Amino acid sequence: MKKLLLPFTFKYGALVFIGLVVLFFSLNDEAFFTYGNLTDILRSISIVTFIAIGVTISLTVDGFDLSVGSTVSLSTVLTATLMVWYEMPLIVVLVVSIAVGALIGLLNAFLIVKVRIPDLLATLAVMFIVSGIHKTYTKGYSIYNNMPMADGSTAPGVMLPEFLWIGQGKLFGVPFPVILMLLAVIAVHLFFKYTRWGRQMIMTGGNEEAARLSGLRVKRIRTLAYVASGVFASIGGILFASRIGSGQIDAGAPLLMEAVAAVFVGYSVFAAGRPNMIGTFVGAVLMGVLANGLTMLNIQYYTTDIIKGAVLVLALAVTFIHLSRRKA
Amino acid sequence: MEQLNGAELQMRNVSKSFAGVPALKSVDFGVRGGEIHALLGSNGAGKSTLMKILSGAYEAEEGTVEIGGRSFRFNSPSDAKQAGIHCVYQEVDTSLVPHLSVSENIFMDRIASSKGEKWLNWRKLHDQAQTLLRRIGLSLSPRTLVRNLSLSEKQMVLIARLVAEEAKVAILDEPTAPLSIEETDKLFRIMEGLKASGIAVIFITHRLPEVFRICDRITVMRDGQRVLTEQRENIDAAAVVRAMLGRSFEEEYPKLSADIGETLFSVQGLYAGPRVKGVDLEVRRGEIAAVVGLVGAGKTELSRALFGADPVQKGTVSVGGRRADLRSPNDALRSGIALVPEERRKEGILVRESVLHNLSLPILQSISRLGILSGAAERKHADRQIAGLGIKTPGVSQLTAYLSGGNQQKVSIGKWLGTEAEVFLFDEPTKGVDIGAKSDIFRIIGQLARQGKGILYLTSEFPEALGLADRILVMCDGVIVKSFARGEASQEDLLYYASAGREELA
Repeated sequence: MKKLLLPFTFKYGALVFIGLVVLFFSLNDEAFFTYGNLTDILRSISIVTFIAIGVTISLTVDGFDLSVGSTVSLSTVLTATLMVWYEMPLIVVLVVSIAVGALIGLLNAFLIVKVRIPDLLATLAVMFIVSGIHKTYTKGYSIYNNMPMADGSTAPGVMLPEFLWIGQGKLFGVPFPVILMLLAVIAVHLFFKYTRWGRQMIMTGGNEEAARLSGLRVKRIRTLAYVASGVFASIGGILFASRIGSGQIDAGAPLLMEAVAAVFVGYSVFAAGRPNMIGTFVGAVLMGVLANGLTMLNIQYYTTDIIKGAVLVLALAVTFIHLSRRKA
Repeated sequence: MEQLNGAELQMRNVSKSFAGVPALKSVDFGVRGGEIHALLGSNGAGKSTLMKILSGAYEAEEGTVEIGGRSFRFNSPSDAKQAGIHCVYQEVDTSLVPHLSVSENIFMDRIASSKGEKWLNWRKLHDQAQTLLRRIGLSLSPRTLVRNLSLSEKQMVLIARLVAEEAKVAILDEPTAPLSIEETDKLFRIMEGLKASGIAVIFITHRLPEVFRICDRITVMRDGQRVLTEQRENIDAAAVVRAMLGRSFEEEYPKLSADIGETLFSVQGLYAGPRVKGVDLEVRRGEIAAVVGLVGAGKTELSRALFGADPVQKGTVSVGGRRADLRSPNDALRSGIALVPEERRKEGILVRESVLHNLSLPILQSISRLGILSGAAERKHADRQIAGLGIKTPGVSQLTAYLSGGNQQKVSIGKWLGTEAEVFLFDEPTKGVDIGAKSDIFRIIGQLARQGKGILYLTSEFPEALGLADRILVMCDGVIVKSFARGEASQEDLLYYASAGREELA
């Protein structure tokens, strides 16, 4: 019995746990298991999932990107100011934000790959820099329609309705950010499973020196991973701005840890023991379900954090007990 | 000190299986105090399982351990230590605390035990360590920090520790594998000292010449059974090899004939780092050129520089007349150079990845279209290598961590066979590989030569170079000091140039 039960727990524990949590909330509140609420949960996790995709990619090459939170913040205020201050068309808004995300990724990659600063330290520094830039740029103000400017005038532009639709609109009755998220999750999953670059990232993360000595261009691969991380974070920022309809200061900071938690819960899914896209998505769903369900139970949002933390510990324990058993 | 003094340690009817597969089948094994007893066998023969049972790391399913007539059952390594059985493992760093002094490491048990003195008398501690070190013939300072010691010195500290803890049986697990010739000599003197003080030394090694040099008795294991125990003077190397393989070893170094063609690989005035100081060499198509040298001669550094793994300061390298680009391994590979590195598990393969993914790693480009990998092509390539090289694995999705050393090495070689590589660099490819897999590897190398590839075989195992190579280049202190054609040199010649060259330069 024990022989069968343990591997089962490692493999499907996270999924069974989500099932139980959903069951529990459904029994407690009729409003939980409804189409409206379930799509709400998915919409609420879409931003975090985009950030978590970036974190998954940087962890896959055995790196870490702490700067994604600040990148989200910068991208949020940048999109908002491009519209509100400069009246730019939608395409420019999107392209500039994503390009800035890529640029931050390049800076990270330069510091880590070229200057050889350890990833955590380099991205910590970049996190501060980017966070400072986004506040300096807006002088600490959030950005909203017709906001007063420093010279006393009123900002000329407004958040474009097409832009707001990205975060608030629906396609075939499904919130558009949910569709975007699902497409991204599937695309990145396929990327890792079936493309040369995805495989190269996984192998580089497995053992960089062995990968290098097998002829892989590991520097290029790691650079690509950090750029991807920055791009996904800036998409997260775009979704944030379009969802809220304004450019909030420091929007991304709390999302970083949420995303990292989702990725680590994902380690335990199917006993992967390493970053993987499906696991990350499952982790994000679990976090979203918990936040939503616990709110319905009238539990305070700060108490919710205790439960989220405990779930993360549980997932990590399952993962690492499994990994050390496999080694033995 | 209580010693075995001719009294025997005897393991009787010891059996052990893993997941239903028997690893030891009713093995009897005994050692006497004051002897050096060689324990030999291919990888997987059961010798390390037997030693792990003796040192308490594994529990036997059946059988007993008797010391001087008393029967013991060990449930943990500390039980075994209490009974006087100590083991020095290959990974010496796992048993030492690097930032503490030699003395503290030697007397670690005493310092850590609750029965010890409450206050440490540092002078007394260092004095005692000094006395002990001198007694076993070591000139280390007891105050040196262990992290500043060489690997060989760390081994000696561990041996000093087991003497301090009054060991009766010392198990030395392949201690000579990473040592240079001088270091090995020193270790052997210390082993003689242990023997003289009545300790039973169990010596595990893959190197037969060492066995015949120092051991009193020889035990050979095969397939989980003890197949031979004999006094050294009653047996010769051929018989030992026969016992290890279970068949006669027709030819230890199968030499395939190959047509040697034009010059393929040429290195001129290569400087790289502090250990490669002006190397000139050439390899022709179909030729196996061996570079031999002592540990530290710069062979590994040479192989890494030739593969672009470490920066080259000066010199030209060309493949087939075209100048090779050595800025990175990727460039070197495009120039037609492949390296099978010495540190197989760290550099040659990815242990947490499958056989399939390891084998396809350098050829991802050619098995993908527009970036999409072809599963069928990848699978086909892997199946071909597994069959062609005789890689023993339950399936392509097996993690390479679970393969034996020899099969891991075959994966490390096999990953290059789908590439355009023309020049193959092998750095100590038989390190930690058992005799059976060794001859497989020699055969693979011979076949590559027959296909017209150029082979540069870097080794510190002189017999391998003598058996395998068409030409032997002796490397010493960063330069090639001598070149021999096949059959021209003896082992003594090689050793002379490998070490004498160094003295001349010094």
